Amino acid sequence: MARVVVDVMPKPEILDPQGQAVSRALSRIGVAGVADVRQGKHFELEVDDSVDDETLHRIAGSLLANPVIEDWTVTRV
Amino acid sequence: MSETAGMRIGVITFPGTLDDVDAARAVRYAGAEPVALWHGDHDLRGVDAVVVPGGFSYGDYLRAGAIASLAPIMTEVIDGARRGLPVLGICNGFQILCEAGLLPGALVRNAGLHFVCRDQRLRVESAATAWTSRYTAGDEIVVPLKSGEGRYVADAATLGELEAEGRVVFRYTGGNPNGAMSDIAGVASADGRVVGLMPHPEHAIDALTGPSTDGLGLFTSVLTAAAMA
Repeated sequence: MARVVVDVMPKPEILDPQGQAVSRALSRIGVAGVADVRQGKHFELEVDDSVDDETLHRIAGSLLANPVIEDWTVTRV
Repeated sequence: MSETAGMRIGVITFPGTLDDVDAARAVRYAGAEPVALWHGDHDLRGVDAVVVPGGFSYGDYLRAGAIASLAPIMTEVIDGARRGLPVLGICNGFQILCEAGLLPGALVRNAGLHFVCRDQRLRVESAATAWTSRYTAGDEIVVPLKSGEGRYVADAATLGELEAEGRVVFRYTGGNPNGAMSDIAGVASADGRVVGLMPHPEHAIDALTGPSTDGLGLFTSVLTAAAMA
C-alpha cells in the first residue's frame, strides 16, 4: 500500500470568496501581513501498489477535481 | 394540445433532493404525467423528457452535484440526452448536468458568500430550446432563486461559444445576485435539448404559491419538443 496526496485548488482566474473571507478574518485575530488566502482541498488516498500514475490522475481529474474550475497535483508520499 | 396528451416527464430523486415534488406538480400543471425516477435505477421508464430537480444531492459533498452526476440514473440520462431526450436541470440539477458534462461550465460559491433567496427577474435570451419555445426572446420573467453556489463560470472560449451560438438561455436582470459571469442564469446544450438554470421555474406556476406563473412555460414548452422528437 502507498499513500498518495491529491491537492485541489481553484484555478488562479476563479474568484475564491471563501479564501477572501478567511483573509479578512485574519485581521480580527491580530495578524497582519497576509496578502491573500486561497482555499482548496487536500485528499489522502491509501492505494494498492498496482494503482499506476495514470489511474491516479484519472481519479484526480475526473472526480476529486473539476477541471473547469480547479487545478490539482498528485504526490506519492 | 391533443398532440401532447399522455406525455410522460420523469423527475429524478437523489438522496438530498428537495424540489422533486414541486417539479412533479409543475409537470402536472403543464398537462403532462410526472414519473418518479430513482437515482439508484438504470431505468428512465420510457419517459419523453427528464427534469433533474433542485436540492442538496448527497449533501453537496465534494462539489455540488459531483456525486449525483455519477449515480446510476445519470448514465441513462446522459445516453438519453445524446439521442435528443429533453433534459432540464434546475439549481442543483443544473450543477449535476454541468458535473456530468451535459452542459459546459460550472457553478461555484456565490461571490458575496451569502445564500441568496429571493424572487429574481430574468430575461429569456433564447426561445430556440426544447424548454423555452413558449417564450419570446426578450421576455422578462420573475421566478424564485435560492442557492449558495449559483455563480456560473466558464473559460473565455466557452463563454464566447455560448454567446455566439445563442446558448445563453436566461440572464439575470435588475442586478447580478451571485457574480455569475455575463449575468448568466441558464445555458443550453448545442442541440438546445438540454437546459440548466439556477432559478426555480417550478416554484412559479401558481399565484397562490409563487411570485408569478412565469415558470410554467418551461414545462409547457417541452410538451411540444417531446412530441416532435
